[in-house]
Amino acid sequence: MLDPKYNERIGQIFARYPDKRSAVMPMLYVAQEQYGWVSPEAIADVADVCEMDPTQVTSIAGFYTMFRETPKGKFWLQVCTDLPCALKGADQFYEGLLKLVGLDHHHDTTEDGLFTVEHVTCLAACDKAPMLQCNFHFHESLDLEKMKALIDSWRAEASSGTLTEAQGLP
Amino acid sequence: MQHILLRNRETPDIGKFDVYVQNGGYEGLRKALDMTPDAVTGQVKDSNLRGRGGAGFPTGMKWSFVPKVEGPKYVAVNADESEPGTFKDREILEKNPHALIEGALICAYAIQATAVYIYCRGEFWDLAHNIEAEIEKARTAGWVGNRIAGKDWSCEVYVHLGAGAYICGEESALLNSLEGKLGQPRVRPPFPAVAGLYARPTVINNVETLANVPFIMVNGAAEFKKIGTEKSPGTKVFCMSGHVANPGNYELPLGTTFRDLIYTHAGGIANGKKLKAILPSGASGPLLAATDKVLDTPLTYEDVAALGSVLGSASVIMLDEDTDMVWATQRMAYFFRHESCGKCTPCREGTYWLEKKMNSIIDKKATATDIKILEDVAVQMQGKSLCALGDFATSPIVSSLKLFRNEYEAYVEPPAKPAAKAPAAKPAARAAAPVAAGGD
Ligand SMILES: Cc1cc2nc3c(=O)[nH]c(=O)nc-3n(C[C@H](O)[C@H](O)[C@H](O)COP(=O)(O)O)c2cc1C
Ligand code: SF4
Ligand code: FES
Repeated sequence: MLDPKYNERIGQIFARYPDKRSAVMPMLYVAQEQYGWVSPEAIADVADVCEMDPTQVTSIAGFYTMFRETPKGKFWLQVCTDLPCALKGADQFYEGLLKLVGLDHHHDTTEDGLFTVEHVTCLAACDKAPMLQCNFHFHESLDLEKMKALIDSWRAEASSGTLTEAQGLP
Repeated sequence: MQHILLRNRETPDIGKFDVYVQNGGYEGLRKALDMTPDAVTGQVKDSNLRGRGGAGFPTGMKWSFVPKVEGPKYVAVNADESEPGTFKDREILEKNPHALIEGALICAYAIQATAVYIYCRGEFWDLAHNIEAEIEKARTAGWVGNRIAGKDWSCEVYVHLGAGAYICGEESALLNSLEGKLGQPRVRPPFPAVAGLYARPTVINNVETLANVPFIMVNGAAEFKKIGTEKSPGTKVFCMSGHVANPGNYELPLGTTFRDLIYTHAGGIANGKKLKAILPSGASGPLLAATDKVLDTPLTYEDVAALGSVLGSASVIMLDEDTDMVWATQRMAYFFRHESCGKCTPCREGTYWLEKKMNSIIDKKATATDIKILEDVAVQMQGKSLCALGDFATSPIVSSLKLFRNEYEAYVEPPAKPAAKAPAAKPAARAAAPVAAGGD
C-alpha cells in the first residue's frame, strides 16, 4: 500500500487529470520514492490507485528510463555520453568515473550499494559537458578532479547517515 | 540586441513572478483578453511566427484549425526537449518561465481551452517544481484558474513530468504519454486540432514558440516581422555545442549566417581548430560540410532547407577537423536505435540494422558490401515509418556517406593498401561505454 504520508500529494496529482489512468507516471514516481525502485509491490500499488491492470503499469514503467526496474545504488549516476557530450570528452570521463567508484562494468552497482553508474542519451545540458545526473539532479561542467571531490563528499554523507543528495528522490 | 526570449540575460531575476510583472509581464495576456479569441489568433497569424519545435509550422494557422465546439479543449506545451544538442527550452523554463506560461495562456484563450498541460521531460525535475511554484504565484494574482482577470473564461495550468523517452517529444506520442498510455505515436488522421488529448481539440506547441507570443501581443505583428526575414520572422535561440569555443545559447535574428553565428558570436572553433562539418539540427537533420557556401547561408527555415538540411530546433553541433565522421555517425545510430519506440517495423528493424552495420564498420569487421547494405537499409527506410523518427534515423548516415564516404572506405580497406584518407584521430575507438556490453 502507498504510504498515507503521500495522500495529499496523490490527491493533488489526481486533481490534474480527468481520468485516473493519466496519473500513472506521477504515481510511479511516488511509488518509486517509497520502495526505492518500481518493485512488484510498487507496480501493484500504482495499478490499484490508477485502476489499471498491473501488466499495463509494468509496460509503462519499462518504457521510460527514469523508472528503476531494478534496485539501484543510493547515488544513481547517469552520465550523458551522447554525441555533443562525447565530442567534449564524455567517454573518457565516463571511464574515469567507473574507476573512481571501483566498477569494472557500466550499469553495475558498487558492493557497498552506494553507486550505480550508467550512461544515458542527451540531457539538454550539452553546453556544460561532461555532465551527469545524480538522482535527478544535474551536475555540470565536470572533470575527474571535481568528480572525485563529489564522490568523496557523497561517501562522507553516506557514512554520517545524512543523505542530502539522495533525499527528495523522485 | 535586446532579447525577446532570453530576457534573463538582461534581467537575471525575470523568472520570478514579481520581477516579470515589473518588467511588463502579463501585459500581453491582458491585451489578448480585451480582444476576441479570433482576433488573437489573427494577430499571431499575421506575425508569421513559425513553430520552434522543429517543423517550422505556422503557429497562428495551427491555432485556427481548432473547431469552435463546446466542452474541454487543451493546450499541450512540448517541453520534452530531448534532441541531442538542444538546450534552449531548458533556459527559458529555468530562467524565464513566465514568458512560456503567459504565452500558453494567450494560446489557451485564443482557442478557448480549459486547461494547459506543460509536458516537461522528467530530467527537468528541479525546474519543473520551480515552475509549479511560479504558476501558483500567477494564480494568486488572478492569471490562472477561475475567471481569469475577471473575464468569463477559466483555465488551469498543470505541469506533467515525463520519465525519459525521446519519442515523447513527438506530439502524438506526447499526448498518449499524458493519457497514461505507452508513449508511442498515433496514426493520423485524426489530427490533434480536432481529436487530441482525451480525443478533444488540442494545440501542441513548443516552449520557445509560445514564449514569443507575449511579445507579439504587446508589440504587434508588424514589430515582430521587423526582426528576421520575411518567411522566417523573429529571433531564434541557437544552441551551440560540440567543438565550439563558447558553447551555449545565442538568441539572434533568424537570417543570421552560420559564419556570424559561429565566428562572431560563439567565438569560433575550440582550440583554434578548423571546422569540418555542422549538424544544424542535432542528430535529426542531415550533416553539412563546412564550405564557404554553407557558412554564408542565412539560418532560416527556407535557406537551410535549400542546402538539403533542416533548421529544425537549431541545435547546432560543430565538428572540428579531427572528428572521425564514422565514429560520430555511429553515436547517432546508437541514439536512434535506443530511442525507436518499436511500434512500426521499418524503424524498429531499420534502426537495429543501421546500428549493427555502423558497429561492424567501426570495429573493422566490415567489407565494402556492408557500406552498400548500410546505405540501402537507410534509403529503404525513408518515407515508410509511422512518425518522423524513422526518417531522422537515416539522415546522419545518408548525409555522412555522401560527404565523407572516403572515411567509411578507410575502415573497410585492407590495412596494406594506402587509404584515400586515414580516419582522423578519435576519442577512444568505439567508445567502450555506450555501445559495448549491452545493458540497455
Ligand atoms: C521523434 C520526434 C521528437 C520530437 N521532439 C520534440 C521535442 O523534444 N520538443 C518539441 O518541441 N518538438 C519535438 N518534436 C516536434 C513535435 O512533434 C511538434 O512538431 C512540435 O512540438 C510542434 O510545436 P511547434 O509547432 O511549436 O514547433 C519532435 C518530433 C519528432 C518526430
Ligand atoms: S517511426 Fe520509429 S519511433 Fe516512430 S512510431 Fe515507428 S517505431 Fe516508433
Ligand atoms: S549530449 Fe549530453 S547533455 Fe546533450
